[in-house]
Amino acid sequence: MIQDIITIIRKEWKEVIFHRTSGRQGWVSILIIVGIVGIYLPYMSGAEWLSDPISLLTWAWLPIIMTSGMVADAFAGERERHTLETLLSTRLSDTAILLGKVAASVLYAWMISLLSALAGVITVNVAFGEGTFLFYDPVLFFGGLLAVLLVAILMSTIGVFVSLKASTVRQAYQKLSLSTTAIWFIPFILIQAFPNQSMDLLQNLAPALEKNLTVVVLAVFAVLLLVDVLMLLLAKKRFKRTRLILE
Amino acid sequence: MTENHISIQTQDLHCQFGDLHAVDGITFEVETGTIFGFLGPNGAGKTTTIRLLLGLLEPSAGSARVLGFDTHTQADQIRLNCGALLEHSGLYERLSAEDNLDLFGRIWHLSSEQRTQRIQNLLENMGLYERRKEIVQTWSHGMKQKLAVARTLMHDPKLVFLDEPTAGLDPLASSGLREDLVQMARRHGVTVFLTTHNLAEAEKICDRVGVINKGKLISVGSPDELRLKQGTNSLLVVGRGFEQSILNELKAMPDVTAVEIQDHHLVVHFKQETESGKLVQFLAGKGVMIDEVRKGKASLEDAFLALLEEEE
Repeated sequence: MIQDIITIIRKEWKEVIFHRTSGRQGWVSILIIVGIVGIYLPYMSGAEWLSDPISLLTWAWLPIIMTSGMVADAFAGERERHTLETLLSTRLSDTAILLGKVAASVLYAWMISLLSALAGVITVNVAFGEGTFLFYDPVLFFGGLLAVLLVAILMSTIGVFVSLKASTVRQAYQKLSLSTTAIWFIPFILIQAFPNQSMDLLQNLAPALEKNLTVVVLAVFAVLLLVDVLMLLLAKKRFKRTRLILE
Repeated sequence: MTENHISIQTQDLHCQFGDLHAVDGITFEVETGTIFGFLGPNGAGKTTTIRLLLGLLEPSAGSARVLGFDTHTQADQIRLNCGALLEHSGLYERLSAEDNLDLFGRIWHLSSEQRTQRIQNLLENMGLYERRKEIVQTWSHGMKQKLAVARTLMHDPKLVFLDEPTAGLDPLASSGLREDLVQMARRHGVTVFLTTHNLAEAEKICDRVGVINKGKLISVGSPDELRLKQGTNSLLVVGRGFEQSILNELKAMPDVTAVEIQDHHLVVHFKQETESGKLVQFLAGKGVMIDEVRKGKASLEDAFLALLEEEE
């Protein structure tokens, strides 16, 4: 099973990273992202880049957005290019295909995040190090990487559902953008709809957050992990080749 | 388990989508190491049958065993031991030819050495080895089709399903592929399940053929058996003076199904096998100069068309 999952990951990455579009290979896009998030922004922010939680959002968030394109292509792309049926006619199990596709996009996002974060360390040390080695606050760094992993799994499984239903990559990408935008805007919409209640809730939570930040963060991670597992189980239930062939 | 000498065995196999009976109770067997041609017009149920045999679709009723494995409960074993070239070539066009074959070698857990060797052998056989590093997207349809066939054979399958494998190939490539298929079956005992619209091709290489129409299997047998079933029910007359009025009179005869002029010769098709005497007598009486009369040999195409006509 593991070997099969690695085969799918390898295939996905080869297709996305090494294929040529407009004379440019896919890895050039990765270099551009890492250049912006790992070199340009840290250089502009200075040494604070390594301690500011906002920097975490930048190097964690952008790569997650990049997974949308890859995961939208996962099944809709195979269907559009008429390769899905051939893939389904191989010895690969449904689970290996599904997990391979999810893992390919999750690891893609996670590795770009890691590269961007490490490039940020090099940039800050070269530009502002003054002889001492500067690094992220360990909780921020490892917490950030874990958050990227958990959110990327969530995004990927949502993407798999959308991609399974869509007949073209464009349709999948549009649906995925709409669904993820809706998910991330729900808190803002709720705050707008219930401004007083939201303020009361935040004021009540603030002291607890200050006192037990680690516990709260761990609880959030636990919830995310649970949601990821549930989404993966649902995706596994949904992914049946006898059903996919007819869609 | 199905006996070893039978690779495919179906029993009253059905597949229904709503009101549509895509496959309607087909029963047949394919012997190991033979080439079985599955013939039928578009939408007859050929591709659905392949999907059922590969376990990609579940039958509505009936059963099928492929290489001794039940398609419903042991489909993973079937896919492990079979290769399939389906309706589309299914190639990853953003990858090179070598990467495409390497991927399928990895899927079947071939070692690095096995993959390298197999890729070289297959691509050399197909005349594509020099271009193995090229992205498939830029290739012609024929080259892609050859590569897709090579991919199907990458893991040395015991049984291959080929859906229109020579579609889009030039005559030379088609002929080469046909030879390869025959060799595969004869030398290596690989069973080939082939769908094709090219009846001349089926006639040349298939040991047995099945004709399917509207989901029903209307005939199974060797190409010779199918032709014989249709009989030699046409007569070819070499001569002069085939006036239109004579042709019209022939057409009006109750046992004549068609009359045509081919290369200045008269061809008369009858409902059943007919002696030439009556026709010669009729034509001579109309003043036709007859040089020669030959009994026409029904081709597989004639037999196929006649079978479909009977069904209609």
